[in-house]
Amino acid sequence: MPAVNAIKGIGHRTINAVWRIGVATRFFLLTLTHSGSGFRRFHLIIKELFSTGVMSLIIIVVAGLFVGMVLGLQGYETLKRYGSESALGSMVALSLVRELGPVVAALLFASRAGSAMTAEIGLMRATEQISAMEMMAVNPIARIVAPRFWAGVISMPLLAALFSAVGVFGGYLVGVVQIGVDEGSFWSQMQAAVDFREDILNGVLKSFVFGIVVTVIALFEGYDAPPTAEGVSGATTRTVVTSSLAILMLDFVLTAIMFRGN
Amino acid sequence: MGRTTMDLWVGVFVVAGIGALVMLALKVGNLGTYNVSEAYQVHAYFSNIGGLKPKASIKSAGVLVGRVTDITLDTERYEAKVVMSLDKRYQFPKDTFANILTSGLLGEQYIGLMPGGDDQMLKNGEQLKMTQSAVVLEDMIGKFLYSKADEPAK
Repeated sequence: MPAVNAIKGIGHRTINAVWRIGVATRFFLLTLTHSGSGFRRFHLIIKELFSTGVMSLIIIVVAGLFVGMVLGLQGYETLKRYGSESALGSMVALSLVRELGPVVAALLFASRAGSAMTAEIGLMRATEQISAMEMMAVNPIARIVAPRFWAGVISMPLLAALFSAVGVFGGYLVGVVQIGVDEGSFWSQMQAAVDFREDILNGVLKSFVFGIVVTVIALFEGYDAPPTAEGVSGATTRTVVTSSLAILMLDFVLTAIMFRGN
Repeated sequence: MGRTTMDLWVGVFVVAGIGALVMLALKVGNLGTYNVSEAYQVHAYFSNIGGLKPKASIKSAGVLVGRVTDITLDTERYEAKVVMSLDKRYQFPKDTFANILTSGLLGEQYIGLMPGGDDQMLKNGEQLKMTQSAVVLEDMIGKFLYSKADEPAK
């Protein structure tokens, strides 16, 4: 009876997924309640900020520069048809600040820092370091998970802001320096179109939400990984896949809430 | 507490991130040119606002002097009430004329102010009495067709 088995499989997977979501939520709340002791040992957060934030700087800056340059090039080609090349600045800045900055930075962050977090914690679990900590009455959530969580949440908005700023500069390089769009209208149209509260702060809020989601997924997958080589590799893959999908879906929801209407 | 090079790098990272935010706010956004405190509010009634939206610009002689803050339908007179916030530096006479204009053929709509000759200046909360509604393209085409139909055949 292959049909029955297939239906059984679907049901089993659905229940399993819901189960995991429940455990992940409990894990997230546990992380929040144990954050107090994490903040008292602030040097741990600094250490994690170094490995998640600082080490992601180069990929974020390079990617931001190239995304901005492509936006400048493509935007110019399209806007030229309608004779409105002067709107290039506002187009580049709005697409970066509202969408591409938070989303692409979060995707890069998930694959650069999130996967590393999962692999690290998964290996700690596999080599029984976490059990050893529990044995010494050290809470692994407070000692390992909470500092990484806060480092991710702090560094995500900063990385997204850097991405957008470098991207605008990339758009400027291609649009103004290389193609020769008028510099005055490039900046003035940009400033007229981008609103600080509406666009920039909403973008920061988005990246803050993405930071929470990506780090929670990465930490949970690592903490929950089966203690084998195969288990850790599977968990790392799941981190990248799940957090990328979560970012894109959440982005749609947040955009629908934030920019609906006008 | 001992200092390490790691602290320095984290410091560089945080400063760079906050610097990027400030640069976005001042250079890319409108925070650098924003003066909310120095504004006064006036309102005007239009029988049709066309495609005017909140935050549309208000210009006089082509210079940006304020923004539309609110648009509502006044159910007592069934006209659109448009609240505008104007820059304190620019004072207008009481008989200033408010027009809804379009930038370019299909561009966005804005309010143009034509100053009158009154000695008294507009104050906070006062009303602009003389207005002209937006030109609706469909109405114009309709009028044009009717006038063509009325012409005697040659």
